[in-house]
Amino acid sequence: MERQAVKRAREAFLSGRTRPLEFRLQQLHALQRMLTEKETEISTALKQDINRSQYDTPLLELIGIENEIKLATEKLAEWAAPRPVERNLLTISDEVYIQPEPLGVVLIIGAWNYPWALTLLPLVGAIAAGNAAVVKPSELSEFSSLLLRALLPRYLDKDLYPVVTGGVSETQELLKLRFDHVFYTGGGTVGKVVMEAAARHLTPVTLELGGKSPCYIDKDCDIRVACRRITWGKFVNCGQTCIAPDFILCEPCIQGQVVDRIRQTLLEFYGADPKCSPDYGRIINQRHFNRIMGLMEGYTPVVGGQSDASQRYIAPTVLKDVPPHSRMMQEEIFGPLLPIVAVSDMDDAIRFINEREKPLALYIFCSDKKATKRMIEETSSGGVTVNDVMMHYTLSSLPFGGVGQSGMGRYHGKHTFDQLSHQRACLVRSLGMESVNLARYPPQDRRRARRVRMALKSPMVDMSKRTFIWAVVATIIGFALFITLLVILLIASGLNCTCWYWRGFYN
Amino acid sequence: MLLRNKRNYYLMKASSPLVVRSPQQLRDAIPTGDRMDTQRQLVDRLRSTFRSGITIPETFRQTQLTMLMSMIQDNEDQILNALHKDLAKPKFEAVMSEIDIVINELHYAIANLASWMKPEYAGTNLATKFDDCSVRREPLGVVLIIGPWNYPLQLLIVPLIGAIAAGNCAVIKPSEVSAATDSLMAELIPKYLSQDCYAVVSGGAEETKALLQNRFDHIFYTGSQAVARSILRAASDHLTPVTLELGGKCPCLIYGKVNMASAAQRLVWSKYFNAGQSCVAPDYVLCSQATRDALLPALRQTLEEFYSKDPQTCPDVSRIVSPQHWTRLMELLNRSRGKVVVGGESNQEDKYIAPTVVVDVAEDDALMEEEIFGPILPIITAESLQQGIDFVNRKEKPLALYVFSEESSIVNAVLEKTSSGGFCSNDGIVHMTLPTLPFGGVGGSGWGSYHGRWSFETFSHRRAVMLRGWALERLNSLRYPPYSEQKLSWLRWTTSAKSSCSLM
Repeated sequence: MERQAVKRAREAFLSGRTRPLEFRLQQLHALQRMLTEKETEISTALKQDINRSQYDTPLLELIGIENEIKLATEKLAEWAAPRPVERNLLTISDEVYIQPEPLGVVLIIGAWNYPWALTLLPLVGAIAAGNAAVVKPSELSEFSSLLLRALLPRYLDKDLYPVVTGGVSETQELLKLRFDHVFYTGGGTVGKVVMEAAARHLTPVTLELGGKSPCYIDKDCDIRVACRRITWGKFVNCGQTCIAPDFILCEPCIQGQVVDRIRQTLLEFYGADPKCSPDYGRIINQRHFNRIMGLMEGYTPVVGGQSDASQRYIAPTVLKDVPPHSRMMQEEIFGPLLPIVAVSDMDDAIRFINEREKPLALYIFCSDKKATKRMIEETSSGGVTVNDVMMHYTLSSLPFGGVGQSGMGRYHGKHTFDQLSHQRACLVRSLGMESVNLARYPPQDRRRARRVRMALKSPMVDMSKRTFIWAVVATIIGFALFITLLVILLIASGLNCTCWYWRGFYN
Repeated sequence: MLLRNKRNYYLMKASSPLVVRSPQQLRDAIPTGDRMDTQRQLVDRLRSTFRSGITIPETFRQTQLTMLMSMIQDNEDQILNALHKDLAKPKFEAVMSEIDIVINELHYAIANLASWMKPEYAGTNLATKFDDCSVRREPLGVVLIIGPWNYPLQLLIVPLIGAIAAGNCAVIKPSEVSAATDSLMAELIPKYLSQDCYAVVSGGAEETKALLQNRFDHIFYTGSQAVARSILRAASDHLTPVTLELGGKCPCLIYGKVNMASAAQRLVWSKYFNAGQSCVAPDYVLCSQATRDALLPALRQTLEEFYSKDPQTCPDVSRIVSPQHWTRLMELLNRSRGKVVVGGESNQEDKYIAPTVVVDVAEDDALMEEEIFGPILPIITAESLQQGIDFVNRKEKPLALYVFSEESSIVNAVLEKTSSGGFCSNDGIVHMTLPTLPFGGVGGSGWGSYHGRWSFETFSHRRAVMLRGWALERLNSLRYPPYSEQKLSWLRWTTSAKSSCSLM
């Protein structure tokens, strides 16, 4: 069944339907309509999947996709246009440019934590770039994936953008087939499997994985505001966000303050009993619930810790003085547990971060600009937000992606378009001016060789400081000479004029 | 002269001293043991050097690039000799396609490195108006560069330029097939570049396999598809990103009105350069019967002009790199059911194959099974342009695609209806000499690109950085629970400005 869908998508792509920009714009507008018209259905599906509150849905998923579609429709002509580049002497009269072209059939494997955004955001880029796309939503967010399978064919081209649902075995079947790009969002273990499967066909991949995103709080910053922002970022979607602050690093002297502030903020956000708050989510399934509860074993939380297996509810939980070697610190938590690990100072924090795999995001709360700059320079991560959490995700002009174990490739805005396009180098020459070419043909001699070297030289203009100084000096001298000449001429003609004038006067 | 001054200028500015140790000292410093252990220790050593931060400052990178330039310029004769030993490369070809390209890339990188390293400022939306948003280019760590044998200097050093410019440490693995260049690189690179940051590993398939078991932060491979698959599989174990510069059968379409003499000259030049052993050489020609009949005499005449009546004695003709490759090519030629109309002579001892043209080649001929990579040019007859385009589209996407035609409608049709790594009309190969064009494949011909700034980007991580302020917390509270309809509509408004995404 998957094979058929992929075959149809490829045939539809080869028919050339996706090439004209009008077609792509039409598809994007249809996708926009789907989101606007079916917002209620989508909210219901999300509530059933993950107990997402009715406000969280537009906030966390739909607004993002809408903005991406708006950006793509506005800028598509600009993105898809040929991009001219600088020429050398040999190609001075030719057309030299980079032409973005569609890759073909792209496979998009979505994730369950934001089933709409993480599946449709890459789809927007795939459509804009002129590709066909096979969409495989995560089976863990069952209601959303079934809804997507029902909705998408009603709005978009049925052959070009099929939705394939299913579990592990269906995904494995899909991965045996050949795609022109595979876009995967999820965990590192499956990421390796995806990349290995793609290796068979030499298919390029984009992997948006995860990691333990550290959050460093400097003792001299505004701890109240820091804790509000961290609390929001950590417990939204019940901690099931790839860029959620995974753990806090701070000095022991402020640990108590941090805990208090978080406790206060939690009260403000979710009330005394978060279980009753309509704005607090649930864990996606029993397996993950058990996994997260297992991480907490043996540690006494200072905030929260309550749970209810029947509802897959885990209270917002904070743990203090967590040892670096504990199980909680070995894997990405992906749940509403917030461990605080004590470090002696910023250098210690930097060492702690660098000892571990490069994370998807790094958060630094610090009022000292120099210290912040140093921390950024001495660490590595997919992205960084300073004095807030997750916000770098929201700006589509910033490329979003991981590095090392947190992923490869990037997207959002124009970056998705570029990631899912082939940047084809084009040189359009004419058969004229063959005499210029003669220099490079055999039989060869030194004079010809010199001529060719000159023609291929790059850069054409010498950009060194010395030349710049000479250029400025020469311009000044030239200008001065010109002024002098002008003055001389004026005086000469002036004298002449004066002579005539005086002569006239005395006549 | 300007260059020497530049070198002195940067050497004076260098804050980190070069550690110069002889290859012997280096070997003694590494204890004898299993080859894999030695390699692992090497990679670990490079990684700890990288962690020390020595490759980050611009001055260090500029110094290394300048020293690399000196390495090429001081040892030009030795390099030319090694290339001649490996491939009988004529001095002209070696200078033009190896030395000059590398020197150009070095000039380009040295001149532009400062601007490449600067953070790129990103546009903000209403919600982030007061924030500082930028994209930093950061080095990846320890990268592995595997070079091929056909342009053993260029295809090894140009990626290295990108790796150095981006601030990485590198393990360099030249191809053992071009043995003279391999040992020359192993000797010269440690003499000129910092031995703590860049190391050359020599060896064959076994050594490469062992090397790949180590973890790298990027692998840059130039070569064949078969090996690329195993490299990609090894890379997937560590989730290492890769750049694959592979090959393919680069088609050359000749349709419509064409100045046959000029076309023939450019075609012959790009095909028989380096005895056809270029990844971007036109692999086969597609044209109508009439065009073919006009093309053949032009080809014959050009070949005679370029290489004289007896190409074997001509100093401008290269040789095949190894006896195995010679045998492979001769076997393809013998199995072919086409008719040899030009050339066909060969000499096993000399590893020589004459510039050869074969006609009446069918789609399933032996010569169309794999990338030829030799001085044999099949001409396939396809009467109409559409048939030619369909022929090309039935095969894998090639690394380069060529069209010879004076009619721009034909050029545009081919451009729009096909896909390839790169495209050049009315010439061959030269599109890859421009450092401003990205050079790379698509589909079966590769993944990723390089040259000029693209090399720098390939070996860098683009890190998004957003610096927010403490103020405007009231604006932020729009996103906090408890949620309400009013908060939501405010939020929609502030984040729906141009170029923005929502909160996630």
